[in-house]
Amino acid sequence: MTVALFAEQLLNGVQFGLMLFLMAAGLTLVFGVMGLINLAHGSLYMVGAFACAAVANFTGSFWLGLGASLAAAAAAGAIVEIVVIRRLYNRDHLDQVLATFALILIFSEGTRWVFGSFPLYLNVPELLSGPVSLPLGVEYPLYRLAIIVIGFAVAIGLYLLIAKTRLGIRIRAGESDRAMIAALGIDIRFLYTVVFALGAGLAGLAGALVGAIQSVQVGMGEPVLILAFVVIVIGGIGSIKGALFGSLLVGLVDTMGRFLLPWTFKLFMDPSQATSIGSALASMLIYILMALVLVAKPKGLFSANA
Amino acid sequence: MTDYSGGGDAPVLEIRNLYKSFGALKATDDVSLTLMPGEIHALIGPNGAGKSTLIRQICGEFEPDHGSVHFLGNDLKNSGVADRAQLGLGRTFQISSLALEFSALRNVMLAVQSTSGSSFKFFKPVMKDQPLVDAAMSFLGKVEMQSRANVPAAELSHGERRKLEMAIALALKPKAFVLDEPMAGMGPEGSKALTGFLSDLRHQAPILLVEHDMDAVFALADRISVLVYGQIIASGTVDEIRGNSVVRTAYLGEDA
Amino acid sequence: MLNYSRETILNTVLTLLLLGIPFAALAIDEPFYVTLATRVTIFALAGVGLNFALGLGGLISFGHAAFFGLGGYAVGILASHALNYEPLMSSPFEIEGTTQMVILWGVAMIVSGLAALIIGLFSLRTSGVYFIMITLAFAQMIYYFAISWPAYGGEDGLPIYVRNGFPGVNTLVPINFFMISFGVLMLAILLVAVLRNSRFGAALQAARQNEDRLSAVGIKPFYIRLAAFVISAMITGLAGALFADLNRFVSPSMLSWHTSGEIMVFVILGGVGRLFGPVAGAALFILFEFIFGGLTEHWMFFLGLVLLAVVLFARGGLIGTIAGKVRYD
Repeated sequence: MTVALFAEQLLNGVQFGLMLFLMAAGLTLVFGVMGLINLAHGSLYMVGAFACAAVANFTGSFWLGLGASLAAAAAAGAIVEIVVIRRLYNRDHLDQVLATFALILIFSEGTRWVFGSFPLYLNVPELLSGPVSLPLGVEYPLYRLAIIVIGFAVAIGLYLLIAKTRLGIRIRAGESDRAMIAALGIDIRFLYTVVFALGAGLAGLAGALVGAIQSVQVGMGEPVLILAFVVIVIGGIGSIKGALFGSLLVGLVDTMGRFLLPWTFKLFMDPSQATSIGSALASMLIYILMALVLVAKPKGLFSANA
Repeated sequence: MTDYSGGGDAPVLEIRNLYKSFGALKATDDVSLTLMPGEIHALIGPNGAGKSTLIRQICGEFEPDHGSVHFLGNDLKNSGVADRAQLGLGRTFQISSLALEFSALRNVMLAVQSTSGSSFKFFKPVMKDQPLVDAAMSFLGKVEMQSRANVPAAELSHGERRKLEMAIALALKPKAFVLDEPMAGMGPEGSKALTGFLSDLRHQAPILLVEHDMDAVFALADRISVLVYGQIIASGTVDEIRGNSVVRTAYLGEDA
Repeated sequence: MLNYSRETILNTVLTLLLLGIPFAALAIDEPFYVTLATRVTIFALAGVGLNFALGLGGLISFGHAAFFGLGGYAVGILASHALNYEPLMSSPFEIEGTTQMVILWGVAMIVSGLAALIIGLFSLRTSGVYFIMITLAFAQMIYYFAISWPAYGGEDGLPIYVRNGFPGVNTLVPINFFMISFGVLMLAILLVAVLRNSRFGAALQAARQNEDRLSAVGIKPFYIRLAAFVISAMITGLAGALFADLNRFVSPSMLSWHTSGEIMVFVILGGVGRLFGPVAGAALFILFEFIFGGLTEHWMFFLGLVLLAVVLFARGGLIGTIAGKVRYD
């Protein structure tokens, strides 16, 4: 194993983690502010990816596609919030789970209806194609590096939004005391729609960005959604800081586990067996991590109301 | 063997140097108090004095930062809410806390089943378990609620729910009662009846009584402790507290 | 004067319909409907398991596919070893595979119960949304493990070449297998009915209604819930075992989160906490799939719409809508 290969995997882990963060941030905000568990968040990720692929293929511009992904996912989020989600804020979690599960069926089957069952392909933009040379002799795809930069930029932007802007103050007020924010005369329904659309837009952006390195297909959002849940359980519900930390942790542990476990087993095992046992164990690693966090801190590492 | 049955001089419940803070707020600040056999010890204090926080530490809902709670000679440090109830700490809630879909009878039966045998019995129907039903009925009778036995708790009036809380506490056959504002919202008639009831109850087990109704407190209490800003500022008999100028300014709101 | 409640009448009608349809289908020579009714029966059984934890205990498990799938894999793995004459393990002592349903069911229930014990020990430390997400995540862990572990088919799944046997019955005859499944379903419902009225059931339902009240009378909600979660998983695991034999095939899709969602849908469509709720729910689901699946390949889209409407406007499910609210004696 070379240093370069190891460094490349580390970068992959960070990149994966940051994409998870884009998903987890919206989920945790929506839960923190509105008390809602949204299973359909993965559908918004898918909507973003399909919007990007469709627009990019039609216009030939990835960048227009990226803009479309944000817009389409945020718009889909706003519409879903107004039509369905806002009727669920005062319902119990069971109703929220079921209604958003129903939304997944509608989104997935609706998308299949429009785009068919075959995956769409989304090419990395010309500007960002090819590898770039980093120190230590690492050759790393420029596009993935760009995703890392975008991920960090969004994290910083989200921090500034919540810490410094008027909208952020309202969001934080909404997290601590729903009655107070209504008493302040803030239009709470509008605020909820904005928060939901913001989370949806971030999920859509993540879907588009990842869509260019994987394929764009129906159901692509659900595995990411479940990983985002793991992130939130580790980080603590409602905490953006926890979501960032949890995402990077999950991204790194998962990527490095898949890389290092088979490699480790090969040291004392027959290679094909080592690969299968190693990768089977690696697929369980983050869930074991989650279980360990739960034992130590049942409310997550950065619980907002600890 | 220490005598806890009444008349002895070992405290049934003993709280030693309890501290609990929430951030900068000292909700419980070096509180010590005892509950002696056969007595009613009233805990009074203005809103926000930390009475509920103290009760919750005694009953095991909150863990104190420092200090200890001893019950019948046992340190309760590692006992949860359910353990303490099993040991014989019978509490009522400030705001009625019932299984709302269950009838009054089934609420009481839950307490009876906890004190007699295991809850891990899977096959015998509870409603056909005659000793269980009869025992629960008799506790409902003690608070004159027999006629309401089959009404779901959700459909009971406020006063009836308070009585049901009391019946549940009785059904636990506790060694000490911790009653959190039992008079709240009872009306003058109800309060008067409850005062008589509690006055007799002390012979069954001593009572730590948190109460705002001063008439009831002065009529019932053998001892009174006054909690203000998390600290006990005075403790003594009814007459001593009535005459205490610090208490009068800090709590009763009169000019000394 | 008839003294039966609406719910009792409805339950009786449902049972008779479920029992009658396959025989009617045989009479008109449409054996396909026998299989359809068997599917309803097995899905209902999976729902009965979840309903015990969810309806009585208020435990919103979004991971019951784990137990359904483990039950299925227990059958698939043991049967494949038996058919290949390969012991499952040879040291320190030998364990052979088997094709006897009754033994397979026992193993399926033990495996699912153990998995629930471990998952429950972690997830029941939390509540609310955490519990939902954690059960989902653990189920997903088992799903990915099944996909990446190549010994038993991995992603492709594992065929069971011959349906397993039951003493004195030719299980290959569809109506016989239906009757076995139906019998198991009725036993499971009976078990839940008995448990519901027991001391344990009282404590479990109290844990859902008011956890603080249960603790304050000296009963620890954690152990009550853990036991309920294990029992619930064992019933769902048994359903998985039957499902494996119905299809003569097990695959990771039995373990997928979609299956968890569907089991939950059976419970909700029928009515949460109702004894026969899962039967009504599974029947509605299969009926919907059968009718709309014949009209359009996008029937799931419409299922989503219907489900959404049920959640938003018809809380209580079919049985709740017809029979009104639950009353305790």
